[in-house]
Amino acid sequence: MEDLHLEFTVVPDDFTRAGEVSGKVKKTLKDLGFPPLVVRRTAIAMYEAEINMVIHANGGKITVTINPDVITVVFADSGPGIPDIGLAMQEGWSTASEEIRDMGFGAGMGLPNIKKSSDYMDVQTELGVGTTITIKIFTNP
Amino acid sequence: MKVSEIARLVDAKVFCDCGEDTEIRCAFACDMMSDVLAFVKNQAVLITGLVNPQVIRTAEMMDIPCVIIVRGKEPTPLMLELAEDSGITVMNTKLRMFAVCGILYNQGLPADTGE
Repeated sequence: MEDLHLEFTVVPDDFTRAGEVSGKVKKTLKDLGFPPLVVRRTAIAMYEAEINMVIHANGGKITVTINPDVITVVFADSGPGIPDIGLAMQEGWSTASEEIRDMGFGAGMGLPNIKKSSDYMDVQTELGVGTTITIKIFTNP
Repeated sequence: MKVSEIARLVDAKVFCDCGEDTEIRCAFACDMMSDVLAFVKNQAVLITGLVNPQVIRTAEMMDIPCVIIVRGKEPTPLMLELAEDSGITVMNTKLRMFAVCGILYNQGLPADTGE
C-alpha cells in the first residue's frame, strides 16, 4: 500500500462541527482494516486536537499520512500559541472559557490525553504565530 | 447486559435504536466529555446529562455503543442524525444520574475501571 495523504480544514467557531474530521479519519482507518485499538487511539488524539483548534486557535489544517506501519497526523494552526507548554501538559490545567466547559470540554485533559493516546508527540508553538502538533501512532507496537 | 435490558431498567425512551441486542459490559457516568475521552477504556454505556452534538462525537471516537441522557433532557435532531450515522443508540430517562447509576450497578453492570 502506498502512503495515503489526506488534508482537512477545521472551521473556526463552529462547535457543532468539531470532530467531523476525526470521525472521517476514524471511518477511513476502520475501512482500511487497521486494528480497533490503533483506530481508537488515533481517533481520540485527533478529536482532542481538533477540539483544541476550534476552542483556542480559530481552526486550522489537519494533514494525515497513512502508512501500513505508522499513522502521522499534523495539526497546524495560526492561533495565539501556547504561553507555557509545561503547564498545558499538566492534567487539569485549562484556559477554556465557562462556555466551553458548559459544552463538556476544558477539563485540562486535552494535551495530556493526546500524548497518552499516541506513540510520539511534538509541539512547536510560538506566541502570536501559531501551534503545530505532530503525532505518530505505530500500527504494530 | 443488553441495551434493551438497560432501557427497560431505567424506564427509558429510545430515540435512535442501533441494536437493542448489543451487549454492554460496563458504564461510565459523566457530564464532562474531556473526562470521557481520558478515562473510558472499554465499550461502556455513557450516562450523561449533557445534550449537544459533541456527546455523540465523543461516543463515536470511544466506540461507545449507547448513550443514556438523564434528567429528562431531549436529544437534539443533530445528535440523532449523528447517532444514526455512527450506529449509536440514544435513549433518555426522567431519572437522575445517581438513580440510573444505582439501578444499573445494582443489576450487575460494573463501572468502567479504565483498565
